[in-house]
Amino acid sequence: MDAPAWLAHAIADADARGLPALKPLLEALARSMQALRDADAEFGHPCRHDDDEDQ
Amino acid sequence: MTTTKINSLREASDLLQRREISAVELTKACLARIDARNAELRAFITVMADQALADAARADKDIARGRSLGALHGVPVSVKDLLDVAGTPTTAGSHVTPRRPRHDAPVVAKLRRAGAVIVGKTNLHEFAFGTTSDETAFGAVRNPLDLSRSAGGSSGGAAAAIVDGMCYGAVGTDTGGSIRIPAAACGITGLKPTSGELSADGVVPLSTTLDHVGPMTATVADAALMFYAMLDADARVERLPRPAEGALWLGVPVPYFLDKLDTDVTRLFDRVKTTLERGGHTISDVAIAHAERTPDVYVHIVLPEASWYHAPMLRDQPDNYSPGVRLRLEMGRYVLAEDYLRAMQARTVLRRAVDRALEGLDALLLPAMAIGAPPLGASTVRVGADTEPVRAIMLRLTQLFNVTGHPAIAIPCGPGADGLPRAIQLVGHRGSTERLLEVALAVERQITGGDGSVGGGTG
Repeated sequence: MDAPAWLAHAIADADARGLPALKPLLEALARSMQALRDADAEFGHPCRHDDDEDQ
Repeated sequence: MTTTKINSLREASDLLQRREISAVELTKACLARIDARNAELRAFITVMADQALADAARADKDIARGRSLGALHGVPVSVKDLLDVAGTPTTAGSHVTPRRPRHDAPVVAKLRRAGAVIVGKTNLHEFAFGTTSDETAFGAVRNPLDLSRSAGGSSGGAAAAIVDGMCYGAVGTDTGGSIRIPAAACGITGLKPTSGELSADGVVPLSTTLDHVGPMTATVADAALMFYAMLDADARVERLPRPAEGALWLGVPVPYFLDKLDTDVTRLFDRVKTTLERGGHTISDVAIAHAERTPDVYVHIVLPEASWYHAPMLRDQPDNYSPGVRLRLEMGRYVLAEDYLRAMQARTVLRRAVDRALEGLDALLLPAMAIGAPPLGASTVRVGADTEPVRAIMLRLTQLFNVTGHPAIAIPCGPGADGLPRAIQLVGHRGSTERLLEVALAVERQITGGDGSVGGGTG
């Protein structure tokens, strides 16, 4: 699930649970989530090995 | 002997061992201070006067018979109300139904074995989930140095208790800076040991990955004595580390860490560097790769771990939480497992990055907090030309070392123009907390001239 879709789902769920005040926090968390995902290349991933030919 | 002149745990201990003061006298003095000041400062949630006086009387008998248990024997200390102390509720600063433990947390049990007298349990930011200690069911903790200011958090009551002379050592916890931040805000010393070194059993968790337990005291030597007591109940003065000898090699991590500092932090940090260089130590800039990613990694670990622990209480008694704490816990329920694991992977990379930055160095040197103690209730604060969220700016310089597990210590370095303390932070090699204490003793001696005069001292 990408960050915009996640955010839409999370806000809708929070509203349904009577927690509309969560919206700005979830928006900030969505920005943080995107930033963390954007850093995948920096932090590496177990499926990517240094000796892979395509790297 | 008047107790108002006792400025450190070590000093109190020496007087006890020489029998120039009794443990009962010392404990009564601390209890009197709590009685006089706690309504205003709200440092303590539970005061254990009867048990403390009984423990102190027992300590006096033992010391008189030559059966000293070490430097903490008969010394009044406090425990953050996030740790279990048998027979007292563990409120975690909340209206949520408390734990009622039958057993002490291991670090508390070791303090008792070392002869410490527990005078009570200190106030905190609810469930340790904040940096200002103003979201708590027991009233906002006030900074003894300026009652309009926060004492920092989450171990705010512990710091206030030390600086106000209510006890001589305090047990705190630190998940993103909750020992070092209040230490910086109140002008005392706060040690976060290497991850896992002190047991976190019997502690209400915030994040099982990032939680640390550690001491808060007036001086580095006091922190060392508390650390040993909490580690293995053996706090003999002979065990105190000696200040590191010879020239130290310290690394200042740039960029990121020095990018957002108030002018007093910048000025005092530069003064510390100059003092240390004049003392023959070498200071060089170092880089910590990916450091700017720290807040994103941190929140994706702490939020889901905290929310997982609190899920039953959020379901059954949501209105018993402070509104802000409840919202942060609810936010954590939306973090995806994929992103939690991504953050855990990043954690291993950041750990190696700090290890690499430390290669060839005795320690990293950086400010402990980017600002002085903020006004109580503030949600933002001015830092230079920018407005910053209080919570984020307070965590900015400490949280990386919770993510990586490196030992770190905050030491006061003098007051700003506002009269409030500022602090430096030293970060050591993983698994080498004792070496960090040696370095910290040497640095403290250098920047205070040996008399501890830049610190807040005790009341």
